[in-house]
Order: sequence, then structure tokens, then C-alpha cells
Amino acid sequence: MIKRSFFGVVKPVLKYNVVPSAVEELPVPNRAVLFLRDSQNGGGGFKVGDSVKTGQVLAKSSDSADYVVSSVTGTISAIAPHFGTFGEKYTAITIDAGDKDDWDDGFTSESTLDTALRFFEFAPGGPSFKAFADPDKTIRTVVIYGMDQDLLLTVNQHVVRNEAGNIKKGVNVLKTMTGIDRIVIVVPEGLVQQANTTGAEVKTVSAVYPSSLPHMIMKDVMGQVLSAGDSPEDTGTVFMSAEAVAALGVAVDTGRLQVAKLMTVVGKDGHSKNVRARIGTPLGEVLAACDISMNDRDRLILGGPMKGVATYSLDLPVEPHTDGIVAQAQVFSALLTDNPCVNCGECVRICPVRIPVNMLIRFLEAGNYVDARDIYDLDSCIECGLCSYVCESRIPIFHYINMAKYELKLAEAAEAEDE
Amino acid sequence: MNSHMQGKKTLVVAHAPFWHDGKTVSKKYRHIMLAALPAVLMGISQYGVPALGVLTFAVGCAMFWELLMNLIMGKRIALSDGSAALTGLLFGMLLPATAPWWLIVLGTFMAIVVGKQIFGGLGLNPLNLPALALAMLLISFNSVFDFNEALVHYDLGFAMTYPLADVKFFGTQAIEKFSLGALLMGKQAGAVGSTFGLGLMIGGIYLMARGFIRWEISMSFLAGVFITAWLFHVSDSAKYAGPLFHILVGYTLIGAFFLLPEDSSSPVNLVPMLVFGVLAGVMTVLIRNLGAYVDGIPFSILLLNLANPLLDKIRPKAIGKVVENA
Repeated sequence: MIKRSFFGVVKPVLKYNVVPSAVEELPVPNRAVLFLRDSQNGGGGFKVGDSVKTGQVLAKSSDSADYVVSSVTGTISAIAPHFGTFGEKYTAITIDAGDKDDWDDGFTSESTLDTALRFFEFAPGGPSFKAFADPDKTIRTVVIYGMDQDLLLTVNQHVVRNEAGNIKKGVNVLKTMTGIDRIVIVVPEGLVQQANTTGAEVKTVSAVYPSSLPHMIMKDVMGQVLSAGDSPEDTGTVFMSAEAVAALGVAVDTGRLQVAKLMTVVGKDGHSKNVRARIGTPLGEVLAACDISMNDRDRLILGGPMKGVATYSLDLPVEPHTDGIVAQAQVFSALLTDNPCVNCGECVRICPVRIPVNMLIRFLEAGNYVDARDIYDLDSCIECGLCSYVCESRIPIFHYINMAKYELKLAEAAEAEDE
Repeated sequence: MNSHMQGKKTLVVAHAPFWHDGKTVSKKYRHIMLAALPAVLMGISQYGVPALGVLTFAVGCAMFWELLMNLIMGKRIALSDGSAALTGLLFGMLLPATAPWWLIVLGTFMAIVVGKQIFGGLGLNPLNLPALALAMLLISFNSVFDFNEALVHYDLGFAMTYPLADVKFFGTQAIEKFSLGALLMGKQAGAVGSTFGLGLMIGGIYLMARGFIRWEISMSFLAGVFITAWLFHVSDSAKYAGPLFHILVGYTLIGAFFLLPEDSSSPVNLVPMLVFGVLAGVMTVLIRNLGAYVDGIPFSILLLNLANPLLDKIRPKAIGKVVENA
């Protein structure tokens, strides 16, 4: 928790961490758990007892768009269902690792979009190439995040600073794979020099939160304001993390898919450290390697303090998009209340997209999501969480906003089904 | 997949964000009470135990009504948030030291029960609570607020006539006896906690600097009072007092820093805040100079409170909002 300055007349300013710490490589875990998205039913492809190699693609069928890449060499010991935060269905594949890495040779390092779709959707940094293949979308630009989206985290800052050569390879591969010429890398002021060597067009971004969120980058850096409810992809821009682009470059260069994820781990005392661990490593092992012990009623956040997701178990694994692990002691957890809004207007003044949050929250609390969207700009929200951060009444505004968006999406899906 | 890991820990989940800037509503109310202390202490030092009695009884009554309504309506007991105590304190500051006990009981009832709880409680009152109670009592029991009459037995070493009454009925020559410096230091007849201009200003500046009130509202209100009073003064200086006089007497400063910027009855967007403040200032001087009442503060505040929801619709377009042209 951060307190505001004594002079509350100035808005609180939250700054990104732009100075990455060195990376510690963690050993290969004894077992790895990989979450395979269940977009289709049916089984096959793999079963308990199968032996897998590092870098091997595991999917339910060979033509499936959803797959995982084994991060260890060993034997599948369990297959179980798993549910995401919003009820998304996954299959959790547990692999008991052997003593050494045996690399799978199934990866073809041809620089085609098909290769990207078949091998890189599970790459560290969680890139997605689906938009390039979507006939409804015309992608003209790729924007590479050279700064993490959330506070405290320094994964992409680290990659730009120390692996600019890999990013350069990745940029070349991206250009060939997607046929897109305009590749922009967005970095904080201090990393321009390194970014200049990547071959991508360099743009700088302010170090003040939330300027690294995609909508803010689109508006302030790319000069294009997205219409409410539109994603960058709708207007022809795909975002990808610097880590993912570097992983792409290394994989094509060496012929081996990258299976380790870089993360910023923040302890309860606020000390942060960057580590690289195999995807699928249980969170508990990462914490143990960083000398962080969790107690009952502590909080463990996947991602950063503003946008992350609090998780419930130390047994959950590191995923391709797990940029940070933040441990919080009970006393530091932000306390929420059911107090009503007192109309102080702090949220209105801090909102980066000028939503009348004081009115919006009244409609959200009343469950009137349609008016919240149509009159009070729910769709303009870029999900930065600053309104909740400054709320005097400690209303979980960000939570309400996400719930409303989720409910509206469900309602729209149901309507579409009726027609 | 969970058998061999380190022992099971019960982690607490919640939605992001996991940081907070540390502000709470009750902390804010405590700071507002703190900021009111200079004016309160001056009132007590001037009028003694009766002033202390009025203030403490007002706080106690307000908290009693809050408790009673919480119990009747089956809500969580909300006394600890400090809002009822603050309302009671501010209401007490608006009364003469001689205010009878039943007036305080009635006034706090108006504020807490009629003004606040009926509308749903904290944050949902459309009108400023102390101003509402004061306006109702002023209309019903005008004689209690005749400060000349009420304070006739006090001699504090300065002219014990109510400055606003003097200028209203006898013109500017009747207020020549008040120097601006004396008014600033609280050497004027009036309500318990409303006369010490310097103290109220210190409190107000503290609240604005800490961000507990919106400076836009307070400053635009004072500007509205100043400009309107100045225009009147220029047009007829024998009849209408000057702008600084208007700022230092009556309920102007307590209104500017403690009543008008109250959260739930005032706007949050920039332009509406400025319009709200300026109009309240203009109305105040209009009522003082042309209206039937000696002081216009409670009425101008209530009037602008009513306009607040409409005013606050003047707001910038959200970024990305698509305006559909019919």
C-alpha cells in the first residue's frame, strides 16, 4: 500500500519501476503443471503415462488451435480439469520431470504465420498471433511493450536492456512471419539507446501509470484514440511483449522453443527480484527460491498490484503470461468496505479517460449495467484500477466494472444465441 | 497436484487493485473537525460555558439521532465514521451561544433524520445538512437568530451588534465601527463558531491543501461573494458594504470552507464546481443586500445544492466515447 503525499490537493502519481534488477535462473522443477485451454471437447493427443520432451507441443488433436508446450522432459502423471478466474475451462496437465532436458525436434523454424500459430501461442510473454489470421481484421502495426503494464514489474524493461539482440532477431522473424513492416517498440526514456538497436521504430512512453496500458499507448504514443469498447486489434494494431518477441527470435535462431518465463517477484517487504523459471513451475517453488514464506491470510498476486489477480494456492503454476508474483502480508492488503459513495470526486479527477465514475458506480451498485454502459461510459474504461486506488469509501469500483463488463458480455452472447 | 508442496496456506483473494492511497471517509471527517477547532475554541473562549454547551449538545444530539435511525432502519451502527459528529459540530457552530436546548434537538433532527437518513444515509443527502437545519430554524424561529437580541447580555469588549444587521438596516455608516482587522480576529457578534475569520481561513487552507475539500468550490464561492459585493458597493457605497466586509461577517467563511464543499451535495467536475461556487456567492450577496433575510448563506447553499445534479452534467466527454448523431 502506498500513501499519498501530505498535500492531497495534488493527484497521487504512481510511477513504473524502470530499473530492472538482475535475473536469477531457477532450477528445473520436479514437476510442471501446464494449463491447456479447453475450447473444444474431446480428448486424445496425450494421456497419463505418456513421456514428453522439452519443447514438445501437447494438444487434444493435431489440428487444434489450443496447445501447450512442455517445459520439461518427463512423464505425464495427472490430467485434471481446471477453471480460470472467470470460469474458463482448462485441462491441467501435470508432468513429472526427469533428470535432464531432452529437446523435442518437432519445431520447424520456418518463418511463416502457420509456424507462429502452431508453436508460439504458449511462448513466454503470452503472445497471440490469432489476429493476423483473422479475416475480419487487417493488422498493419505491431507494438512491442518495452515496459511492463503494471507497477513494480520489470520483465520487459529487463529484456530491452539486456536482450536487445534477441529482440532484433525477433523483430526480423515477426516481419517475415506476418508480412508487417511497421513494428514499433515502446520504451521508457532510459531504454531508448538499447531499443534503437532492435530494428524496430522506437517511441518513448511516460513512466507514470497507466501510460503503458494498450489504450493509453494507442492514444498518447501512436496518436490514435480507440473508440469505446474497441480493442487495438480492431483498429489494426497487435500488442506483444518484448519478452515474447525475444523468445521468438531465440527460438527461430536456435531451433528450440523457449520454455522459461521471466518474472518479477516482490516480497512482503517490497523488495523485488527478477527470476527466470520454467513455465509450469509451482508458485510455491518460485517463492521458496526467493526466500518468501507465506502465512495464512496473506495475499499472493499474479501480475502487479494494480491489475493483477490474487490467487488461492501456492500449487498453481507459472503461466506464459505471469509477469509478476507479488506477496502481500495481511496488514498491507487494501481493505474494502460496503460504504456508499460519498461523491468526493477523487475517482473522477484521476480517471485517465474521464469517465464520470461517481455516477457510474451508482448504476453498477444497483446492477443497472445497460445504463452504466450507455450513459456513463462503462465501455471507455481501460481497466487501470486508479478509481479503486483513490476511493475514500473503499468501494471495489474496479471489481464492479469488471463484473458489469462480464455480465454484459454474457447477456450479449445469450441474445446472439436466441437470434 | 497439491500433495507434496509446502503446507497448505489459506490465502486471501480479492479483486485488484491491491494498493490504496490510504484515505478513508472517517479520517477525512476527523480532519475537518480538526480544521474547525480554531474557530470553535475562539467561540468557547468568547462565550464560555454556554458555547461549549451548545457545541457538545449539538454533537451529542446529532449522534443520538444517527444511532436511533441506524437502529430503527436496521442498518450497521455508523457512529464511528464521524459523519454525524461532524454534522452536529458544524450545526452547533452556526448557532448563537444562547440557543435553547429544544432548538438544538430539533435542528439536529432536521439534519440527521430529515436531511440524511430519509434519503438513504451517508453520501446520499442532496442538501447540505447543517445548512438545511439552519434554514429550517431560521424560517421557523427567526427571533432566536436575531444576534443583537440574543447576545444582549454579553459584553466582550467590542461592539455587540450583528454587523450584517447593522448594514442592512442602517447602511454603511453603521459599520464604520468595525475594522476589517477586528472582524478577521473574531471581534464581532455572531454564531459560536462562525465569527473567527482567521481561524476559519486557517482551517480552510488546511483542508484545501490536504485535499479534504475541493478548493475550486471554496475559492469560486469567495470570488462570487467578492465580485457581487464589490459591484453593489460601487453602485451605492452608502447603502452597501464592501466586498471584504461581506467575506468576514456572518456565515461567509464557515460556509465557504465547511458547508458548501460538502461532498454529496456539491459537484465534482471542474466547470460545475466553479459555476456552483460563483452562483452561491452571488446568491448570498443578493439575499443579504436585497432579500428579506440578514444573511443569505443557508438559502444560497440549499438553492445551489438543488442545482447540483443538473450542474454536474456539464462534464468532458469520456475518451473514446462515440457520439451518435441522430
